[in-house]
Amino acid sequence: MAQTTAEPDQNAEQAEEAAPDINSARAADGHRWETRDVEDPFDHFGIPAEDARGLLADMLLYRRFEEKAEEAYAIGKIGGFCHLHIGQEAAAAGCIKPLRSEDYVVTAYRDHTQALAKGVEPEAVMAELYGRRDGASGGKGGSMHIFDKSVRFMGGHGIVGGQIPLAAGIGWKVHYREEDEVVVCFMGDAAVNQGAFHETLNMSAIWQLPVIYVVENNAYGMGTAFKRVSKLSVADRGKGYGIPCSSVDGQDVLATYAHFRDLVAGVREQGGPRYVDVQTYRFRGHSMSDPVSGTYRSKAEVKSATEHDDPIALLRDRLMDADELDQEALEEMDADARETASAAADFADESPPPDPEALYTHVWAEVNEHGRLFFDGRDRPEGL
Amino acid sequence: MASMTYRAALNEALREEMERDPDVFLMGEEVAEYDGAYKVSKGLLDEFGERRVVDSPISELGFGGLGVGAAMAGLRPVIEFMTFNFAFLAIDQVINAAAKMYYMSNGQFPMPVVFRGPTGAALQLSAQHSQACETYYAHAPGCKVVTPATPADAKGLLKASIRDDDPVAFMEGELLYNFKGEVPEDDDFVIPLGKAEVKREGADVSIITHGKMLHVALQAANKLEEDGVEAEVLDLRTVRPLDVDAILETVKKTNRAVYLEEGWSFLGVGAQVVTLIQEEAFDWLDAPVLRVTQADVPMPYAKNLEQLAKPNADRVVDACNKVLYR
Repeated sequence: MAQTTAEPDQNAEQAEEAAPDINSARAADGHRWETRDVEDPFDHFGIPAEDARGLLADMLLYRRFEEKAEEAYAIGKIGGFCHLHIGQEAAAAGCIKPLRSEDYVVTAYRDHTQALAKGVEPEAVMAELYGRRDGASGGKGGSMHIFDKSVRFMGGHGIVGGQIPLAAGIGWKVHYREEDEVVVCFMGDAAVNQGAFHETLNMSAIWQLPVIYVVENNAYGMGTAFKRVSKLSVADRGKGYGIPCSSVDGQDVLATYAHFRDLVAGVREQGGPRYVDVQTYRFRGHSMSDPVSGTYRSKAEVKSATEHDDPIALLRDRLMDADELDQEALEEMDADARETASAAADFADESPPPDPEALYTHVWAEVNEHGRLFFDGRDRPEGL
Repeated sequence: MASMTYRAALNEALREEMERDPDVFLMGEEVAEYDGAYKVSKGLLDEFGERRVVDSPISELGFGGLGVGAAMAGLRPVIEFMTFNFAFLAIDQVINAAAKMYYMSNGQFPMPVVFRGPTGAALQLSAQHSQACETYYAHAPGCKVVTPATPADAKGLLKASIRDDDPVAFMEGELLYNFKGEVPEDDDFVIPLGKAEVKREGADVSIITHGKMLHVALQAANKLEEDGVEAEVLDLRTVRPLDVDAILETVKKTNRAVYLEEGWSFLGVGAQVVTLIQEEAFDWLDAPVLRVTQADVPMPYAKNLEQLAKPNADRVVDACNKVLYR
């Protein structure tokens, strides 16, 4: 189960033990979450095997989707920056699936699978990566800016830590209107060194905003190991604001799901905020333009993580060991995931690029009757 | 008409808009219990309660961004910065988030948020408290910039800004808060954004300006009048949207123009206005358009140096005389 420290001022030694700053993915560090070895994980986490199969199917889709994006990037169908979530699928499924549809998710730029988890159509996500008209953001946002208001997926933000105050603002709306929705705000571990993070945690605590701040702690901010640029662990960086903090095995989707199921229920009933260090690992480079390993982490480290800490393999083995999944069912599940990813890519391929007129639409929500808003001296569509 | 201060006019605008729309709330440093650093929000806490008038910690980036998120979720925040000089800490949220959100979400998230507070210099507040910040915000597509100079404009434009679906940087002036003027008693007095106003008619030369420099422009016009020159004073009132028609109209009327602004000259608002004039009214000009701005230095503290750094009526008169070849 997740390790929780309710209040920030526990003694440092205890806190360190509860929240190792090196996550399980780096086998060399020898840390292993005890819950990896529980005998009946479905019973332990209170997740029926049926639901676990659903989480496996979700994660397989995320994996196949990202592999498809990787492929499309390699042949130039996707441009710009493209940050894949491969290796971190349990964070998307485990943190988002416990939410209701009216709950909110806001995230940074590694946002494809979180969008899928919140219910954005795979076609719309892929078409956005392709920069096409039918993309979630009409082709104007791209990989880092997936938005879908209809499922309360609030983006897709490109400045490290920039989405954190936005989450507080969304939480403020819930608080202001006395609603019971919950906001999940994702960030990478590097974001905890931004001022926006600390300012927002403090404000959220003062006003008890219903926000769960989730650090997807993959141990690296781009190519800089977190421990090289931060004296304290990710878990400890959330302390000091009077917010309940916890850490969870982010490669174990059952552990993550169970933890978030409880957190979400708690926040809905008692208000927030919460801070969670979700310890995970990225199997690819920071973005498609970056190396998987090299100066900042070794090949052996990545190999070890992919062999021992693949969230999909972990759940697959558990289901198979419990006779809750056979090879045939797994293959069928995987074929479905591949087909959905392929169909999304085909859809994206066929979707036309944005109409040239879209260049000037949605710059201004309100074009005022008087005065000029555009100064480039170019021709624009009528009414702008 | 009622006579009231600029401060009271802003207060009325806030009160009326909060009464009109339950989604409008005010957040910022000192806005609630302290009644506002400049008392603009006086009495609002008592009237609307702490859910709608909210004291924030000194975290401009944090509460600026909170306003953006709240707007994404459907509220209409008014975020007060004690001065726009402090808002530099929040400019990532204003430009990278608020101004771009509607576009990068393909129209899914309008941004009805107002960021307001004083801009520019007061008296001897030196370099970090005296900067005119309009240009930073007006530069970015997606952000509107409003700079009222009179109580009536302050009230009517703040109401329009709160109702506007785009982010608005609403820039006031510390030295204006006590300034008194006539304000229409209409309980729904709204001035549309993007509409400049001729504050003084004249046929010889146009002084075009925005924000509190209007008052310097009017002083200069009075001095010129003593000398037999009739200056027209055009107050842009909003920098973006920019009332280009009004600018061209006054230039075509007088054929000579001076742009007066409080900020620095390089890439300033005046630079944009001069560009528009030469692009769209070149044949109407009888002289180059000149600009009067702050000296190209950080604002010094010493009284004499500060006076030298600021634009003033004499400099405007000199510029007008130059374009009149007098």
